[in-house]
Amino acid sequence: MNWSEPFSHPFMVEAFWLGALVSVTCAVFSCFLVLKGWSLMGDAISHAALPGIVIAHLLGMPLALGALAAALACSSLSQWITRSSSTKEDTAMGIAFSALFALGLVLYSRSDSELHLSHILFGNILGIEASARGQTIVASCLSLLVVLGRRRDLTLFCFDPIGAQAIGLNCRLLNLLLLATLGALSVAAMQAVGILLVVAMLITPGCTALLLCKNMGSALVVAAASAAIASTLGIYLSFFIDAATGPCMVLAQGLCFVLALLLRRLRLP
Amino acid sequence: MPSTPTSIEVSHLSVTYPNGHLALDDASFRLQGGCIAALVGINGSGKSTLLKALMGFVRPSRGSIRINDEDIASARAHSRVAYVPQNEEVDWSFPVNVRSVVMMGRYGHMNLLRIASREDQRIVTQCLEKVGLLDLQHRQIGELSGGQKKRVFLARALAQQAPIILLDEPFTGVDVTSEEAIITLLRQLRSEGALVLVSTHNLGSVPEFCDQVVLIRRSVLAAGPLEEVFTESNLKCAFGGVLRQFHFESSTIEDHDGKTVKLLTDDERPLVFGRGGHLEYRDRQGREQLVQKREEEAGS
Ligand SMILES: Nc1ncnc2c1ncn2[C@@H]1O[C@H](COP(=O)(O)OP(=O)(O)OP(=O)(O)O)[C@@H](O)[C@H]1O
Ligand SMILES: [Mg+2]
Repeated sequence: MNWSEPFSHPFMVEAFWLGALVSVTCAVFSCFLVLKGWSLMGDAISHAALPGIVIAHLLGMPLALGALAAALACSSLSQWITRSSSTKEDTAMGIAFSALFALGLVLYSRSDSELHLSHILFGNILGIEASARGQTIVASCLSLLVVLGRRRDLTLFCFDPIGAQAIGLNCRLLNLLLLATLGALSVAAMQAVGILLVVAMLITPGCTALLLCKNMGSALVVAAASAAIASTLGIYLSFFIDAATGPCMVLAQGLCFVLALLLRRLRLP
Repeated sequence: MPSTPTSIEVSHLSVTYPNGHLALDDASFRLQGGCIAALVGINGSGKSTLLKALMGFVRPSRGSIRINDEDIASARAHSRVAYVPQNEEVDWSFPVNVRSVVMMGRYGHMNLLRIASREDQRIVTQCLEKVGLLDLQHRQIGELSGGQKKRVFLARALAQQAPIILLDEPFTGVDVTSEEAIITLLRQLRSEGALVLVSTHNLGSVPEFCDQVVLIRRSVLAAGPLEEVFTESNLKCAFGGVLRQFHFESSTIEDHDGKTVKLLTDDERPLVFGRGGHLEYRDRQGREQLVQKREEEAGS
């Protein structure tokens, strides 16, 4: 067996750097998502994006736009359910996103498009199409820039929304920014690991970093580093054991989390 | 500090909570910069509600609020008002340290990327020093005591350098030395022209540092200068039967005791009225005129 073989195939090299880009972006964002207490929201939005993706595909629009619209629809729908009844927020979100996911599946089965359901559900980073690759790169780079550029406002918003308002930040805009980024990254991560595992990309690296770090700056660095390592390791191993790539990446992230947990145990008496 | 005079004007303000509870009913008052005003009332009288309404966190069902002759949204966007809530509802395990939290108060003065200038750093250090937390500035925010946590958020409000400062019960859970330090700080802000509105139900401390009083019990019962508003009858009205009273009979203040009475309380300061219902101050410093007037009254 040749250890450097994966690096000699162009599709593998592409998977390595694309996987790293998407993972790092999701990892940086995940720190905020976890601290805001929006882990369930990450799961919800990534599932709710499906109908948006199917419709966007049918209309020939960028998939990210469809996902964005679906993400906003999901959060407004669950907010509306919470407000107009005494349903708890997480229950409302569960209802909204599963309904939207089901709608996506219905739309998909009614339309005989060449969109592969298995690619949507499980990702297809090794055989990604040129247009999807372009969208993924744009969505990731934009999200990374915006989140890093506004990280101090986002930190304050996650830490103390009332204080943020008192200091004069526009909290509605920040809320929208988090939602929109979540929608865009759901699509990017979907290309890599599929809808079913997007949530892992969106929360595990943040959790890993927050186990080890006491300030936001180092948490962002650790999250990004652990995600880049996990993504590379996952893709590399999947080549040799001939397994699905996405799940391998997520497994590697889980491994990083366990390592961080052990490290923390060692450090704390 | 801005060139326009700082002021708060509340007219006919009513606030109804979503459950239908009418927390404020037709409250009106006006305050002008360069003062420390006490917002005094019993539990549930609507002090926090009024401060939240001033911040725009609860929507009034009637009436209006003007801050520096602007509406509250624009006052807030321009960082004209700093606010320290009664209870901080934040995630105490959040990965930020004390200094970063105080630095957040400067965001309104920074560019979009929120990169701190040397001036910002200087102000933050100064504010940390003022509340006595400079030594703890690198602690994670959850690794502090209750009173220290309160002081962090006070420092953040100070760092905002807003002309109007709203403090919701800043002294609960704060020890006497810190309380003294905070009072000194508020006096300093007043001399710089700021408008400080402090809610409290600790009556004794009010005459020590406040010059204006707003008495509240769902509606504003009385508002104005301390000497006019802080009278026995007004307070009885605001507090109903809740106040504890000690009445010193003349036998307690006999001549052979030199007419002095010592009053000990555990931490709250007592509010003492002299004969005829005038306020007794603990320290006469800065109030010589008042005291002299009183002596003249007694002499005549
Ligand atoms: N979120 C809410 N929903 C419904 N009613 C509320 C809410 N918050 C406060 N109230 C009610 O409004 C009234 C005023 O409350 P507020 O918190 O302003 O009192 P307060 O003067 O600050 O009291 P305290 O001295 O205990 O802080 C109270 O009767 C309270 O029960
Ligand atoms: Mg209160």
